Amino acid sequence: MSEKLLLEMVDICKSFPGVKALDKVSFKLRRGTVHALMGENGAGKSTLMKCLFGIYSKDSGRILLNGEEVSFKNPKDALVHGVAMVHQELNQALKRNVSDNVWLGRYPKDLGFVVSERQMHRETKKLLSELGISTDPKTVMSRMSVAERQMVEIAKAVSYNAEIIVLDEPTSSLTEQEVEHLFKIIDMLKARGCGIIYISHKMEEILRISDDITVMRDGTHIVTKPADQLTMDGIIKYMVGRELTSRFPERENTPAEVVLSVKELSSRHNHVKEVSFELRRGEILGFAGLAGAGRTELIENIFGISERSGGEIYLHGKRIRNKNPREAIRNGFALLTEERRATGIFGILNICENTTVAGLKKYKGLLGISDKERKRDTRWAIDAMKIKTPSMKTQIRTLSGGNQQKVILGRWLLTEPEILMLDEPTRGIDVGAKYEIYQLICDLAKRGKSIIVLSSELPELLGLCDRICVMSGGRLTGELDSTEATQEKIMTLAAKNL
Amino acid sequence: MSFIEKYKAKDKAERAVARKEFLINNSLYIFLAAAVVIIQLISPHFLSAPSIVNIISLSAANLPIALGIAGAIILTGTDLSAGRIVGLVACISASLLQATGYPNKMFPALGTLPLPVVFLIAITIGGIVGLINGFCTARFNLHPFIVTLSTQLIVYGALLIYLMSGSNNGQSISGLDSSYTSFINGSFLSFGKTPIPNYVWYALVITAIMWFIWNKTAFGKNMFAVGSNPEAANVSGVNVKRIITLVFMLAGIMYGITGFIEAARIGSNSAATGLNYELDAIAACVIGGVSFVGGIGKIRGVILGVVLLRLIFVGLTFLSIDANMQYIIKGLIILVACAIDMRKYLVRR
Repeated sequence: MSEKLLLEMVDICKSFPGVKALDKVSFKLRRGTVHALMGENGAGKSTLMKCLFGIYSKDSGRILLNGEEVSFKNPKDALVHGVAMVHQELNQALKRNVSDNVWLGRYPKDLGFVVSERQMHRETKKLLSELGISTDPKTVMSRMSVAERQMVEIAKAVSYNAEIIVLDEPTSSLTEQEVEHLFKIIDMLKARGCGIIYISHKMEEILRISDDITVMRDGTHIVTKPADQLTMDGIIKYMVGRELTSRFPERENTPAEVVLSVKELSSRHNHVKEVSFELRRGEILGFAGLAGAGRTELIENIFGISERSGGEIYLHGKRIRNKNPREAIRNGFALLTEERRATGIFGILNICENTTVAGLKKYKGLLGISDKERKRDTRWAIDAMKIKTPSMKTQIRTLSGGNQQKVILGRWLLTEPEILMLDEPTRGIDVGAKYEIYQLICDLAKRGKSIIVLSSELPELLGLCDRICVMSGGRLTGELDSTEATQEKIMTLAAKNL
Repeated sequence: MSFIEKYKAKDKAERAVARKEFLINNSLYIFLAAAVVIIQLISPHFLSAPSIVNIISLSAANLPIALGIAGAIILTGTDLSAGRIVGLVACISASLLQATGYPNKMFPALGTLPLPVVFLIAITIGGIVGLINGFCTARFNLHPFIVTLSTQLIVYGALLIYLMSGSNNGQSISGLDSSYTSFINGSFLSFGKTPIPNYVWYALVITAIMWFIWNKTAFGKNMFAVGSNPEAANVSGVNVKRIITLVFMLAGIMYGITGFIEAARIGSNSAATGLNYELDAIAACVIGGVSFVGGIGKIRGVILGVVLLRLIFVGLTFLSIDANMQYIIKGLIILVACAIDMRKYLVRR
């Protein structure tokens, strides 16, 4: 490689309390190429990118842009230096139109203070037509599809004369046609001499458009090879090739008769399609899949949060509806949601309130709700879950993520559920607390509770579950027994409907 | 370990932090005490029986409406229709309870209605308007600011039309039946030589009931949960729409009670009765720590806020400060009190 490198990241290290997120990771990007960055969730891809953009400050290592050492303070700083990122979740002013969004933060001005709508419109139009995008610059963002909005974001990056464009999971919500258009734009950018960093889980895509591929795992650099020297199986091996140590407690549960059976469940407003599965008493059932596979949507649908368009749910052979969460709770379901902050905790309320909110009815006495019983139950939860807190009057938002999660788990255990659905139960939790939560899950299964676990970490599912269902594109693509399941098999099933 | 022992166990730096936190957490009480001392020093008649009873009874008159609005604020909402509902209910209560021989009686054919019947009518009207507020907020996902902005206009219109009915022709309604006025304004207990009006006791009973609802019922607990995080509440099996509707209905009932008391308390009721009461009530709530952040608020905070606000209003008059200047001072006090109180809830980063 004699040509000059566009970007070189050398020996980047980054630690968070208790975790080494990046360990001497190096990454090189050549001019006019697409370099794919691959790895499981939590492998450190986004941490690396965040270090590049100055969202995180790196502990050590160097970043060279065109041979010169740089250190960006924030994404805006990076943008000015020609390094742009198109996020998976777009941050756009949805109520404003296309040209407003492209010029946000640097509106062209007449006389030094009047925003020049005409100039904005003209230049946006020119920019879009160069990229073969047919969108009218006056269209309001919220009326456009995700694909179109993504194109606008890319156009914005181009308008900054960006030399390096990072695309984070750009195709996760695009149709095939839209993907083709995106690839055409990428080719155009390559021809201009831009370097593209492409983050994606989709193997075929990556093998098709990448020039180089780098695989990361557990915060370390595993391999960098030209794409034509790699196969899909090869990449998967690099991605998951790790040994399972005893990060998980011994399972002592014995699955018994079928408790819950879901038949051809489809959702109305999101893309869960005809999913059928069975859950046994005392069983831990895992759901694997990539982001957007519809796992969260599936269990939220079973819990009555979102609308159902078809399918049936049977509990002990009897048909139930679970129209809303209240009914689901009465039927013995419990759901630990994925977004702890958004739908789990009541931040400003104390631990006692947070623990007892789902089962207030049982504390009703002659003199109203009994604080004594609520405190007794909260005390039980704090002891049983080993929650570390100064007191039960502490606001929950002051606790660490792991302790918050235990409080919510305690909330659901106090409703004495039969079926416990856990969506990413260990997300954002440190290693020690993870083990404690695994232990709790295993104990519950041993006591005859039926448990559904959703997780993006495959080793977690392999270490914890009796059976693993794999979803892809809203459908169930396979079911594996824990004895036969491997990460490779799961990944193959998870990529089936892409 | 007692508070003082804990304090002594700390080193110097910790003590400074503890002192600061003590000041912030109890700023309202300190403020209240300071205000009393200062006003008393300047005007020695301030802490006399008549003026104390005056402050207490004015606070009592404002307490139910503030307790009602506090619920709406806990849900991160507000209620702009409160004052107008008080006005409507006050005028209706008064018109139904005018003395039989009174020359300007609105409905001359109407005899003397029993008090409980009129009371029920009062809370029903308040409750219905509150139900409409709550229903629109919950069902159509509207911010209560918009809903109650609309309903206060509708209620005011209804009030003006009502004042034209019977033989009234828009005049203010007075000449109330003595059973009514003595039930509200009468007294069986005196402080010093100043009689304490009965409605002070009614306000106390209502406060006790509200305390029970807030702290001892599932509805009350759920109200705080919905105010804190409606999504999480829904997932936890709380019927969020029902809670929102009921909170506003309960608030409406409180306005109904306020209207029923207010009619007899002021004796002569017109379209202006109740005007801007909601603003004083909202101010009292936020001074008392009921936060617009949602999910935060205590009954004792509301009481404290109402009393503090009245104390300042009465105190400023005592200090014979120019009436125009009083508005400016009131505004500043509300702003400062809330800014200090807000510090309790800030997450330190």
